[in-house]
Amino acid sequence: MSNEVIIKNAVKKYGDFTALNGVSLDIHEGEFFTLLGPSGCGKTTLLRMIAGFNSIEGGEFYFGDKLINDVPAHKRDIGMVFQNYAIFPHLDVKDNVAYGLKARNVPKNQIAPKVKEALELVQIAHLADRKPNELSGGQQQRVALARAFVIEPSVLLMDEPLSNLDAKLRVQMRTVIKKLQRRLGITTIYVTHDQEEALAISDRIAVMKDGHIMQIGTPSEIYAKPQNPFVAGFIGVSNFLDCEVDKDGMTVIKNELKIKVPLRKPYAGAAKLSARPEQLFFSKEGMPGTVQLSTFLGDFIEYEVKLDDGQELIINEYTKDTSEIHTDGEKVFISFDPDRVSLYEAETEEVISQ
Amino acid sequence: MARTKQGASLDRKKLMADPIMMTTIIVLITFLTLFILYPLAMLLVDSFVGDGSLSLGVFKRIFQMPNFTTAIGNTLKVGFVVGILSTLVGLLFAYVEVYVKIGKFTGGLFKVVSMLPVVSPPFVLSLSMIMLFGKAGIITRFLLGIYDNSVYGYWGIVIVQTLTFFPVCYMMLKGLLKNIDPSLEEAARDMGASRMKVFTSVTLPLMLPGLGNAFLVTFIESIADFANPMIIGGSYDTLATTIYLQITGAYDKAGAAAMAVVLLCITLAMFCVQKFYLEAKTAATLTGKASRARMMIEDNSVRRPLTFLCALAAMFVILMYICVPIGAFFPTWGYKFFPLTGKWFKLVFTRYKGFKAFKDSFILSLISAPITALLSMIISYLVVKRNFRGKGFIEAVSMLAMAVPGTVLGVGYIRGFSGGVFHTGFLQGIYGTGLILVIVFIVRSLPTGTRSGISALRQIDKSIEESAYDMGADSFKVFMTVTLPLIKDSFLSGLVTSFVRSITAISAIILLVTPQFLLITVQINEFAEKGSFSLACAFATILIIITYSAVLLMNLFMKRFGTSKKIKEDD
Repeated sequence: MSNEVIIKNAVKKYGDFTALNGVSLDIHEGEFFTLLGPSGCGKTTLLRMIAGFNSIEGGEFYFGDKLINDVPAHKRDIGMVFQNYAIFPHLDVKDNVAYGLKARNVPKNQIAPKVKEALELVQIAHLADRKPNELSGGQQQRVALARAFVIEPSVLLMDEPLSNLDAKLRVQMRTVIKKLQRRLGITTIYVTHDQEEALAISDRIAVMKDGHIMQIGTPSEIYAKPQNPFVAGFIGVSNFLDCEVDKDGMTVIKNELKIKVPLRKPYAGAAKLSARPEQLFFSKEGMPGTVQLSTFLGDFIEYEVKLDDGQELIINEYTKDTSEIHTDGEKVFISFDPDRVSLYEAETEEVISQ
Repeated sequence: MARTKQGASLDRKKLMADPIMMTTIIVLITFLTLFILYPLAMLLVDSFVGDGSLSLGVFKRIFQMPNFTTAIGNTLKVGFVVGILSTLVGLLFAYVEVYVKIGKFTGGLFKVVSMLPVVSPPFVLSLSMIMLFGKAGIITRFLLGIYDNSVYGYWGIVIVQTLTFFPVCYMMLKGLLKNIDPSLEEAARDMGASRMKVFTSVTLPLMLPGLGNAFLVTFIESIADFANPMIIGGSYDTLATTIYLQITGAYDKAGAAAMAVVLLCITLAMFCVQKFYLEAKTAATLTGKASRARMMIEDNSVRRPLTFLCALAAMFVILMYICVPIGAFFPTWGYKFFPLTGKWFKLVFTRYKGFKAFKDSFILSLISAPITALLSMIISYLVVKRNFRGKGFIEAVSMLAMAVPGTVLGVGYIRGFSGGVFHTGFLQGIYGTGLILVIVFIVRSLPTGTRSGISALRQIDKSIEESAYDMGADSFKVFMTVTLPLIKDSFLSGLVTSFVRSITAISAIILLVTPQFLLITVQINEFAEKGSFSLACAFATILIIITYSAVLLMNLFMKRFGTSKKIKEDD
């Protein structure tokens, strides 16, 4: 059986509230797949449906070619890492890790070596006899990880596993998780609301909002080519500018800047342009504005610029690319590279740039 | 937490600058010493020097009485079995409520079952047990045609006490189960454990200290119980009834005191194990709050049998309780059921001074309830929010009162106050008056009130009160204007609980009441002893109506003026 996860038209309702509205996903074997979105977007709900802890109101869930809608949680062959780790407080570290092996009736003489190996992989073999309340947050996290993958599940699920750790440890643990997943090659579905974490750790990301999937793609695709203003705003920082596409296909911003953004289909009318702070630059001509605040941040300088028409922009300029720092109050002109920005229909918010 | 020397001296200075606090603390310590510690100390004095000189003579004498040693065995046996049965039934109810998706009807039954023992006098179930299953019992005699079924004795006590005490276990275990993080069980599930395996390998081990706790609490309640063994025990004597008979029948005060010491030692030992060992263990395994809602069991093969079992048990309990008011309307219980009549109620008020009994019980309870509620709030306030010398003493003694069986306290009061304090005649005046009854009511309800007050106060952040001090309020003012309003609900429920507990109390009271006061519970006990079940039922029915109205009134009041609603909305 191959370990891909296929979800067709998943629907979840809580009374009148629709938490998931026809979500379809195709997660490849061995892939590190992340569900990313703000709280309440349905990502955890979807994960718990895959795990078997939420009932499925509509749609089909497949592991490989096996329909699992009616398979109870303990027969789905999954490992899960919980947000609060869910370490059994009455068992010590090695018994926590051995729990799933015992539940699967793995022969006794194989359990100890497997547990030892798993603990070594997450580098806590020396803590095997500790009780959970004698462990730090990061160590508990490692126990939870070891416990989830030691049973060699066909799918590994992780529900915001790093959100209870401090910032430094979070960065450290996400590398641990990523390397471990590569090494074991287990199909992994990861839930987070932290876009930086998602970009760093995933093979592919599904960005979710209000029970819908807004975009699926690799981290670089999602960052570089957001398919709608929500994704553009949620992943990284984006500047939004109201503009107009005229009948010649030229993008016009407040009659001051006319530039050709390549379009994927003919369109004329009101539009919205999104540009990353590093995609904007100072030039001889372009949109006129005034520097409000310049902040020197080491490898780059961040500028807050107020355009003459009142819109505000954030512009990043790398220190190595420039010799002068614009001062507050300075009059400047702003332009951008038309091949790299994204353009959306104002009405439908559908992407129209290539 | 290590307090610095400077902090301690600062606390002391704060205390000295606060005369109201000082006075309160001194009054409290005096009260607790005089009315809890002193009577218990007198029991020790009596039993060791009862024969004139310091010796173990009295103990030697009582341990040679065969009926006393039998009673010890009986009490422990009953306590053990009742403890186990109540814990198991309580666990079943708690598990079904927290884990299984149940219908509205069953849910309603659960609520009623958890409520009934609170509003009922302690011996109602003994009455209905006799009326349903006894020689003239409706079920045994009329439905099954068994004419010589005896409910008196060991099994009678065990069944009645189990039905009386299991709701306490149910409520305790429910709280614990709710605190188990569902993700622990989910983790076990997706590692391949079936529901049964999850229950035995995760849920049960986590609950173990809690189960032990529930067992011991019931054990203590059972061996301290006086009324049920009195009514349904027949010739099967327990320690509580033996002590009562020793003092009222044999007039052997020294012997009764020594027996009381023995009973007290047993309950105290249990209480210490429960308090210091099991409670700490429970807290260690079940710390966090549940992180998310639990996925309820909807599987019908699990749901149906469990729901059915609980609903059946619940309906049986309810039937037992309903039997009492209904019994009061039958012309002659066991022989003639129709037409229903109100004559027993009439008799209660015309021939048996029912009005005086209700008036006395009502007034005494009404006086003691607000005092108890206020006292327990003050004690919990001092324990939670203040640091002073003697705090440990106040906390320990008010908790100790929880482990003192009513009968023991009653004997202690007789020995301690019948001749005045230390037989000097000081305070002799209160013996045999309403005042001593009120004091007993207060002492008996104080521990529960204090416990709920402490948990309510622990939820209030210290900075709220500190800001009031900063603005110049003294401790009395802070307590009245900040603390008390914040724990209004807890205060109110303490008020009603102590009222209900007082008006339904019997064990200590029955030893101290004098003929000038007629108390309902004592009356019911008397009529039940004589076999006049219809009259006992009529009295009990009116009592249940009073207590139930009090609880209803409290709920109504809380809904309208309570703070909890507002706090919930802010969440």
